[in-house]
Amino acid sequence: MMKRNVLAGVSLTAMLMAGGAYADTVKIANISELSGAGAAAGTVWAHGVDLAVDEINEHGGILGMQVEMREYDSQTDPLQSRALVQKAIDEGAFALLGTVYSSSTVVNMLVAQQNGIPQFTASEAPSITQKGNPYIFRTNWGAQKGMPKIGAYMRDQLGVENVAVAWANTEFGKGGHDSFVEIVEEMGLKVVADVPSEQGQADFSADVLRIKNSGAEAVFIYLTQEEAARFLMEATKQGLEIPKIGDSVLTSEKVIELAGPAANGAKGHAALTIAADEPRVQEFAAKFTDRFGYSPDYNAMKGYIGAYTIKYATEMVGEVDSQKLADTVHGLCLDAEEYPGVLIDMCWDDTGEVSRESYMVEVVNGQEQVSEVLPAN
Amino acid sequence: MAELLQILVSGLSAGAIYALAAVGFTLLWQASQTINFAQGEFVMLPAFFVLAGMTIFGLPLWAAILTALVLSLVVLGAMFKKLIVEPMLPHGTLPLVIATIALGILMKESVKEFYSAQGQPFPPLFPQHVINFFGASISIQDICNLVVAFAAIISLQLFLGRTRTGRAMQATAQDPRVAEILGVDVKKMVMYTFLINGALAAIASILISPVYLAKFSNGETLGMIAFIAAIVGGFNQIKGALLGGLLIGVIDNLAAVYVSAEYRTAIPLILLIVIIMVRPQGILGTPEGRTV
Repeated sequence: MMKRNVLAGVSLTAMLMAGGAYADTVKIANISELSGAGAAAGTVWAHGVDLAVDEINEHGGILGMQVEMREYDSQTDPLQSRALVQKAIDEGAFALLGTVYSSSTVVNMLVAQQNGIPQFTASEAPSITQKGNPYIFRTNWGAQKGMPKIGAYMRDQLGVENVAVAWANTEFGKGGHDSFVEIVEEMGLKVVADVPSEQGQADFSADVLRIKNSGAEAVFIYLTQEEAARFLMEATKQGLEIPKIGDSVLTSEKVIELAGPAANGAKGHAALTIAADEPRVQEFAAKFTDRFGYSPDYNAMKGYIGAYTIKYATEMVGEVDSQKLADTVHGLCLDAEEYPGVLIDMCWDDTGEVSRESYMVEVVNGQEQVSEVLPAN
Repeated sequence: MAELLQILVSGLSAGAIYALAAVGFTLLWQASQTINFAQGEFVMLPAFFVLAGMTIFGLPLWAAILTALVLSLVVLGAMFKKLIVEPMLPHGTLPLVIATIALGILMKESVKEFYSAQGQPFPPLFPQHVINFFGASISIQDICNLVVAFAAIISLQLFLGRTRTGRAMQATAQDPRVAEILGVDVKKMVMYTFLINGALAAIASILISPVYLAKFSNGETLGMIAFIAAIVGGFNQIKGALLGGLLIGVIDNLAAVYVSAEYRTAIPLILLIVIIMVRPQGILGTPEGRTV
């Protein structure tokens, strides 16, 4: 009797340790920047994930199993994020969400790759999908995909020849900067001021001054939210009157809130924006605001999309299998009519890179306004 | 010319705020041999007192600022001394340093947890006008930051040098045992120093936040810069901390424009190393004795 009990216990333990496949819950882990310098972006992403997971569970979970969500705080530390990805996998996660900061993702995605666990990241550094990792998937496209559209806009619509770049000296910023410079130089534009800034930099007076005196006819701003707001405020103070162009960050709700009137006139090429005239996006924004008490941004949308992508792809596979999930997402296209959790139609290629239509957004009277919808590339 | 003027004004405006935080380092060291590595967070927190007063309790800006000032005196002055410094100081400087590092982390994470992880806009205290001065764009905010910071530091100098209480604080800093024999209430004088530090932190916070925004992590950079400024200027002189702050503000901007924006954060550290090698007591510091 005693021996039988021990055997039963060992078998049960083995089943539990085998992970989500044998349990009545599906284990998913979110590793994000809940503290440290990246806490703003990481927290918003995590809220997007939480909203999606709660909705998924309310509507029957994944394949009839409830999602058991585990949250890990990377502290915006790449090495910590790497250890936590391993911990999440050891604790049975069959798919991962996060991290947001590219400097963390380039480090921790190797652990997910070694363990064969698919990872859905918010990071946008071009290098992430260029390393041949078959388990990494973006929730928004990499910086390199948006740059041709921004370069073409500057050359063809603004008619400028000399441009300046203000960029964050991080993995995220460097990736975007390198892509932008390469593309605009191919287009025949000249980069006359190349101004990096540090993460958390507060004083942008020297940065703006350099750009102002460079003869640039437009500036491309590739900074994180607070830094972008500080840059815009300083640019207004110093009377930098050239067009200010950026990506999703520059015209985001948060930057508008922080920079106030200084954000007016800023233009951004946004893949995800709550200004999009899409009922699903508006519905998501309303639910998010109702629950968390603030407006979502592109990071919240990415977290929401990431969690729902895991659900849809797993249900296509028909079982909780990490390898089959990764195989399924490669080359997958999700129609938002049929799969509303992705908000806007989107596809993944063989590298995990995303394609979806995009928007040119301008800040007018403190509001994001979509001025143009651009096709997917 | 206009470019240099712009750099100087922007650098001095930022430097004046660094100086306020750096003076706090100097004061606490002089009064109680406390190196407060939570000083950056001390400058971060009062802005959130103001924001909480306005958003949660619906106070007007002026009332929220007054409340924040009082809270800063209580929390960053009196409570810091009573709950952290007094119990830890008998165990030596190192445990106290570690305790202040822990306190800084606690303050940072608490603001993130109980208020927000995101940067917050902070209402401007002064008109947002910009004036053109020989081609340089100078905001009223910059000028007012300079004036208020200088006024605070000069008032402090006058208080310490010209009043009976100030001289008693000086005596306490130089030799607490002798001061006590001479009838100075040493404990009270040390408490005054902590209260002054709390007030300076509040002023710095309220001046800097409209430009730098209020964010839980703001203290990380600010604390380090203020610490460097205090060492460069002279850890045992208030005027040294003032000079150090202004110098770092201007050098940071000069380096970003004329040397390299990528390495601008390294320049103050290089300055620190040079000062330690050439003049360990700091530019205006004195090798012997202590004065507040």
